[in-house]
Amino acid sequence: MIKLLSSSKWKQLILFTVAVLLIPQILPSDYYFLILNIIALNAIVVLGLNLLIGFAGQISLGHAAFYGLGAYISGILTASYGWPIFLSIPVAVLTTAIVGLLVGIPTLKLEGHYLVMATLGFNIIVSIILVQWDAMTGGPSGLAGIPYLKAFSISIDSDRKFYYLVWAVLGVLFCLSLNLIDSRVGRALRAIGEDPISASALGIPVERYKVGIFVVSALYAAVAGSLYAHYVTFISPKTFDFFYSIEVVTMVVVGGIGSLWSGLAGAAILTMLPEILEIVKEYNVLVYGAVLMAVLVFFPEGLLPGIKKLWQKRQGQVHE
Amino acid sequence: MENKAILKLKDVSKSFGGIQAVKGLSFEVYSRNIQAIIGPNGAGKTTIFNMITGFYAPDAGEITFLGTTINKMPPNDIAELGIARTFQNLELFPSLTVLENVMLGCYVRNKLGIIKASLRLKSVQDTEKKVREKALEILEFVGLEKYADEPSGELPFGWQRLLEIGRALATDPRLLLLDEPASGLNPRETDQLGELIEKLRSDGLTILLVEHDMSLTMDISDNIIVMDYGRKIASGSPRQIQNDPVVIAAYLGEDIDASD
Ligand SMILES: Nc1ncnc2c1ncn2[C@@H]1O[C@H](COP(=O)(O)OP(=O)(O)O)[C@@H](O)[C@H]1O
Ligand SMILES: [Mg+2]
Repeated sequence: MIKLLSSSKWKQLILFTVAVLLIPQILPSDYYFLILNIIALNAIVVLGLNLLIGFAGQISLGHAAFYGLGAYISGILTASYGWPIFLSIPVAVLTTAIVGLLVGIPTLKLEGHYLVMATLGFNIIVSIILVQWDAMTGGPSGLAGIPYLKAFSISIDSDRKFYYLVWAVLGVLFCLSLNLIDSRVGRALRAIGEDPISASALGIPVERYKVGIFVVSALYAAVAGSLYAHYVTFISPKTFDFFYSIEVVTMVVVGGIGSLWSGLAGAAILTMLPEILEIVKEYNVLVYGAVLMAVLVFFPEGLLPGIKKLWQKRQGQVHE
Repeated sequence: MENKAILKLKDVSKSFGGIQAVKGLSFEVYSRNIQAIIGPNGAGKTTIFNMITGFYAPDAGEITFLGTTINKMPPNDIAELGIARTFQNLELFPSLTVLENVMLGCYVRNKLGIIKASLRLKSVQDTEKKVREKALEILEFVGLEKYADEPSGELPFGWQRLLEIGRALATDPRLLLLDEPASGLNPRETDQLGELIEKLRSDGLTILLVEHDMSLTMDISDNIIVMDYGRKIASGSPRQIQNDPVVIAAYLGEDIDASD
């Protein structure tokens, strides 16, 4: 009774799948898998965040914390307590979702800057706990000895193997998200983002939706975080400080708010950019900043929608 | 003629800081009536709407709708009970299409969770189709079916007002609150609006109307309440109001006879 996707989405998705399967055939070295894997992990976080920011219009600067909770909970359960991964990941994801619920209920009553500050505060608190709770988290020096993922007795212990897994997970979450935004839930979220007063006058439970989508986005981040932990097998608090929260929000904005494909583009571009900028060495932070600024000045709606518009404009001129 | 009061306000008051926006107001709205509220700017008309629809809780008094006390209910629950409204300053979702705006109105009668929506269950698709059809019917009713796929923010102003009414109708209301629906409309559009409102009433809807356009109000209302400084200073049939010396002195003056 489930028709998983509409036909137009199938086409896009088939292209996506073919690309994911083809890319490994043409990659010159395994180093590129590392980057592609980080892109996918970021893209999962960005996917959830895009639902929150791009649709419901709520900005969070705390999603690195959810990413971190997913990583640490699954990491600790397996490395320190010997849990099997097939249990530790669901527990990590669910626990993080519950934390998301507890954080979301009070903070999403706030608006604009206050919400940003509150989520940022949450991120800082989680960072402090990860550093201070030495006995559990390994403190500032990090948590080592996290086992690799296993699928049917195959240990996912290489960049290449993890590539297929993480892109598959991204693909599934991407489909679910496409369905979500294409439903009345998605419409309700966009309505809330545009005009919450009007939305509630139409019977949409605005608070419940904001909290709901916040929890979904926390859950996506936790999925990415737990996969990350079992991929790199060593995690430390620095990865999950609020700079990462800013980074993922930037990916959402640069890619183009409110379109899932744009979010994916944003994640890809901003993950690769620092690697590309290795060429300019000591100036890379400077150039990185300049590129960001240029994108936001010239493509205020984001890169993908901006380029699309340019393209349409050019096509229009050709016809005239 | 039916004579049941579906909405009752009893001694309702609301103040903002030092300003008493509404003072000890009582009135009833009868089923299938067009009840108007008039009064100068700042008289408290919109505040009454905001209390009835749950955006403000009254400081004192009681509001009941179909026997349920709704004083402290959130707006979305009140919408579910069957009260819909439009806003004085249009509150459409401008980047959503005309059709999507109306489909959002249908939301409250067709609930659906995040998980079901993500899985795109068959039942979800079926309701989606039904909602789309109903929304198109409503667009046809307000005469906007041709613009279904336009972003609502790009419609001419008068049509946006109609769209907002259509969106409110999509919630299947028993009571419809219209806050200055004719403001910004040209005379022809205002006439069409009047016809639309009367048609809604004859289809069984009850209407509470705040309006500055006197000829429209006098034409279509069954009963009019006159507000000034948060108080009800008069109420009665259009004819009674037009001839009430208190009303004429306080507010209407010669405006009443002016036919624009
Ligand atoms: N949210 C608010 N905060 C402060 N004052 C308000 C608020 N809403 C309305 N008022 C005040 O209440 C009074 C009545 O306003 P309103 O109900 O909008 O009048 P009307 O719709 O009749 O023009 C005005 O003095 C207005 O300034
Ligand atoms: Mg008003």
